[in-house]
Amino acid sequence: MTTIAMHIPDGFLDIPVSLLTYVISAAILALAVVKSRRDLDDKTAPLAGLTAVFVFAAQMINFPVGAGTSGHLIGGALAAILVGPWVGMLVISVVLVVQALLFADGGLTALGANVLNMAVVATVVGWLVFRLGVRFVKGRGGAAIVAGVAGFLSVPASAMAFVIEYAIGGTAPVSLTAVAAAMGGVHLLIGIGEGVITGLVVATVLASRPDIVFGVRGTGLAKPVVRPEAVAV
Amino acid sequence: MAHRLSPASKIVAVTAFVFIVVLTPREWIVTFIGYAIVLGIVLLAVGVRPARMARSLVLEVPFVAFALLLPLVGPDPSGFAGLSIAGMWAAWNILIKASLGVLAATLLAATTLPVDMVAGLQALRLPTPLVAIFTFFIRYVDVVSHQYRRMRVAQEARGFRATSPRSWPVLATGLGALFVRSFERGERVHLALVSRGYDGRLPVPEAGMPRSWPLAAMLPVSALVILAGGWLASW
Repeated sequence: MTTIAMHIPDGFLDIPVSLLTYVISAAILALAVVKSRRDLDDKTAPLAGLTAVFVFAAQMINFPVGAGTSGHLIGGALAAILVGPWVGMLVISVVLVVQALLFADGGLTALGANVLNMAVVATVVGWLVFRLGVRFVKGRGGAAIVAGVAGFLSVPASAMAFVIEYAIGGTAPVSLTAVAAAMGGVHLLIGIGEGVITGLVVATVLASRPDIVFGVRGTGLAKPVVRPEAVAV
Repeated sequence: MAHRLSPASKIVAVTAFVFIVVLTPREWIVTFIGYAIVLGIVLLAVGVRPARMARSLVLEVPFVAFALLLPLVGPDPSGFAGLSIAGMWAAWNILIKASLGVLAATLLAATTLPVDMVAGLQALRLPTPLVAIFTFFIRYVDVVSHQYRRMRVAQEARGFRATSPRSWPVLATGLGALFVRSFERGERVHLALVSRGYDGRLPVPEAGMPRSWPLAAMLPVSALVILAGGWLASW
C-alpha cells in the first residue's frame, strides 16, 4: 500500500538482470497490446488513458494508518479487476513510465523490473485470484471481498518477483532468506491495506456501474443498475 | 538549449548515461565523481535549480535507509568500528548509482514538456496504443486530479477529516466515484473523437531541432570517456 521498496531505483540490480527484465516486460506488453484490442477495440486508448490517470491520482491519496503514518494504493489488482488484465497491464505500465520519465521516480535501468513486478505480476495475480474466487461467492459484497483478497495477494506476489530478481542480480550482500523474509513480512502488512482499499473501491463501482467492471463480465453481477427515474415514462 | 533538443535524443542519451553509471564497478570511486561533475555541469548549464535536484533526491529516502543498514547487517562485521566492509561497499554502490540515476532523470524531466515526451516515445517506436494511452494521460491528468480535489473540498466542507483507518471507507468510496467519473469521461472523449473521424491514431507533433543527436550524445559519450579512464586507472 506504499511505494516504499517498490519503485526500484538504479543501482539495486545489475545490468544483466536489468536488460533481461526489459526484454521480458517488452515481450509481455507487446502481447498485452494485441490482446487489449480484443477486449476494448478502438475505445481502448481513451478508456485506458483515463484509467491510467485514475490510478495515478489514486496513488497520490494518503490513507492514514495511525500514529502519523499513511500509505497509499498501488493499484495493480484494482486495475485488472476494473478494466481487465491486458488493459490493466498497459495502464500500470504507462503510470510507471510517466513516473520514471516525468517525475524521476523509479530508476531508468530498473524500469523493466518495475514494470514486470507491478504492471505484470501484480495485475496477473490479482486477476487470477479474482476470477477464480468470484465464481464461488454471491452478490456484490462477496465480489468485493474476493477483490480485497486479490488486492492483498497481489502485493506479496509483486514483492516476491523482486526477490527473484534480487537473487539473480542483486548488488547488496544480504542473504536471500533475509531479503525474502523482510520483503515478505513488510509486504504482507502493506497488502492488508491494499486489499481493504481494493475491496472498498470495487464495491463502490459495482454499486453504481457494475456493467463497466471487466472482472464481473459473464457473471450475474454485470447488469446495469436500473434507477427508478431512468425508467419513468 | 537542452529544451530544444529532440525528446527522443534526450531519452536515449539520458538512459544510456544511467546504464553506463550502473555498469561501472563500485570500486572506481573517482569515476563516479567524474560522472557527478559532468552531470552537475549539464544540470546547471540547462538551468535546473539546485532546489529541484534536492526535491527529486528525496524520492530515494527509503532506499537510503536500506543502504545505511547494509554496513550493519552485511557479512563479516570485522571492518572499521565493527561494520561490514562488504556492506559498506554495497551501500555506496546503491547510494551513488541511485542518486546519479535520479539526477539524470531529473535532467530529462526538467527540460522536456510532457507532450514532447510523448513525441519522443513515438519517435522511438513505442507501440501506437501505448503512445495513445500516454497522450490521453497527459491530456486528462489535470482534469481528473482537479475533479478529485473538488470532491475532497466537498468532503471537508461537510466536516470530514481523514485521521485513522476508520476514514478508509469514505476515501475508498470517493476513489470508486472517481473511477466511474474517469471511465465515463473516457467514453465521452471516445465518442467525441469518433465523431471527428478518430481511427485509433492520434497526431503527435515531432518536436525538437535538427541535428540534436550529436549534441545529446555528448552526455553518454563523456561518461564513456570517464569509464575508459577508470578502466585504464584500474590496471
